[in-house]
Amino acid sequence: MYSVEVQHISKSYTVKKATTPALKDISFAVKKGELFGIIGPDGAGKTSLFRILTTLLLADEGTATVEGLDVVKAYKAIREQVGYMPGRFSLYQDLTVKENLDFFATIFNTSVEENYDLIKDIYVQIEPFRDRKAGKLSGGMKQKLALSCALIHRPKVLFLDEPTTGVDAVSRKEFWEMLKRLKEQGITILVSTPYMDEAEMCDRVALMQNGSILSIDTPQQIVASFAQTMLAVRSASMLQLLNKVRASSFVENAYPSGIYHHVILKQQATADQLQQELSAAAFADLEIKKGQPTIEDCFMQLMRI
Amino acid sequence: MLNEKIITVDHLTKRFAAFTAVDAITFDVYKGEIFGFLGANGAGKTTAMRMLCGLSMPTSGKATVAGFDVYTQNEQIKKNIGYMSQKFSLYEDLTVKENMQLYGGIYGKSNQFIKDKTAFILEQLHLKDEANKLVGSLPLGWKQKLAFSVAIFHEPEIVFLDEPTGGVDPVTRREFWMMIYEAAANGITIFVTTHYMDEAEYCNRVSIMVDGKVEALDTPAMLKQQYQSPTMDDVFLKLARKATRSGD
Repeated sequence: MYSVEVQHISKSYTVKKATTPALKDISFAVKKGELFGIIGPDGAGKTSLFRILTTLLLADEGTATVEGLDVVKAYKAIREQVGYMPGRFSLYQDLTVKENLDFFATIFNTSVEENYDLIKDIYVQIEPFRDRKAGKLSGGMKQKLALSCALIHRPKVLFLDEPTTGVDAVSRKEFWEMLKRLKEQGITILVSTPYMDEAEMCDRVALMQNGSILSIDTPQQIVASFAQTMLAVRSASMLQLLNKVRASSFVENAYPSGIYHHVILKQQATADQLQQELSAAAFADLEIKKGQPTIEDCFMQLMRI
Repeated sequence: MLNEKIITVDHLTKRFAAFTAVDAITFDVYKGEIFGFLGANGAGKTTAMRMLCGLSMPTSGKATVAGFDVYTQNEQIKKNIGYMSQKFSLYEDLTVKENMQLYGGIYGKSNQFIKDKTAFILEQLHLKDEANKLVGSLPLGWKQKLAFSVAIFHEPEIVFLDEPTGGVDPVTRREFWMMIYEAAANGITIFVTTHYMDEAEYCNRVSIMVDGKVEALDTPAMLKQQYQSPTMDDVFLKLARKATRSGD
């Protein structure tokens, strides 16, 4: 059974006669209770997609359902069943932490007490500041309050638009741990992010670029389906090494990746051939090994097709 | 990399009432270096950077940037540095060319300099056909690369980059770093913050701030050895988890 089904959704924006497509014929489905990631850079169409699914924006073409309800015909019923945390902080800055939470609970005809068990884990971390105005909170605390407000009516589906953007590596890890605990409560979670390394935290991911989905699968399967041979190379002079491998006739693509350069070989080329060529060039401290593709490597490869 | 110091920081401190945002930090940055300035949200990075850019007066301690004192010569500092962040870079409702003219003009460059430099950058970025288009109409990746070129338009000695690659696709992110390498090779010192830990590996040296203090400063290789970590991501997590204060 699916929680979210999207079929052939397209959306474009027209500003001063210039039309920009934001979503191009997007189709996918998210299973109930799944933690589903939408991974892509700015401009991929992530926010447009979330706004269509949360009934805040109309698609130009295609249909979509959330918990079996049509996003156009049953928009009121959907709004009762979904929680949405937009990318930009959108709580009331001049209300306190407690007031914001009470406000969202009241709108949904419920109370903080009734659903406290669901948010307890997250809310206890900001409860010491319950009388502070939301606008005066730090970034991390705002994020926790926004998540608490999005959960207070016990939604069946949670939409989180770039919750970890601009957040440091430690807080990002903590946030994903919170999501895993929410998933255990049976909530379906759709989360978007520009950080490719967060894909591995999801059950399945859709890789998006320029309004299209490049691939949908489990992160393990996406990495496993990387078809080319990838090597990791390094030496004392990384910039010269990069220029050398890029110029090689055996190499399809090469780019920096942390302390190594990742090198994608052409179909018929072998690691030995590149090894010989680089050894002849006498790079100091040359190291060549088989590379382990990451989601980011897969994304870049898919961008080339 | 030359051994000439271009930024010197000695017990630099900034307090806001009882809160010590930056707590007696001390380090030097060398000419032509790519210096990574890391830290968790709320560690004090932005406050420290604002002092070094001449935008915020320190409470105590000493610092010089490009030979100028942060207390008394902040106007000279501003003329000799470039700055770019993900949040603010170019004027979207001006054309590519107009943005360059504006920045060149602000830094007091001659019309001839602006003309030559504009032509050079348009050629370098393959943007000749887009010279008269509004910046707002360009794809994000192009904008970020153009923003970097504009930040070093006036040929500053140092450029401060505050999370320059946030939200950018992985291919553009790497092209952006190639531009950074090139600028550093031309003698421009790069002072950069990032949340991408693979980018920390590209820096010559990296400092990591925790709770207002510089907790670690070394080459990525030495830091990994010191903290017995396979990656900079792991080094960062080990250090930043010690933090007692939170948020930004």
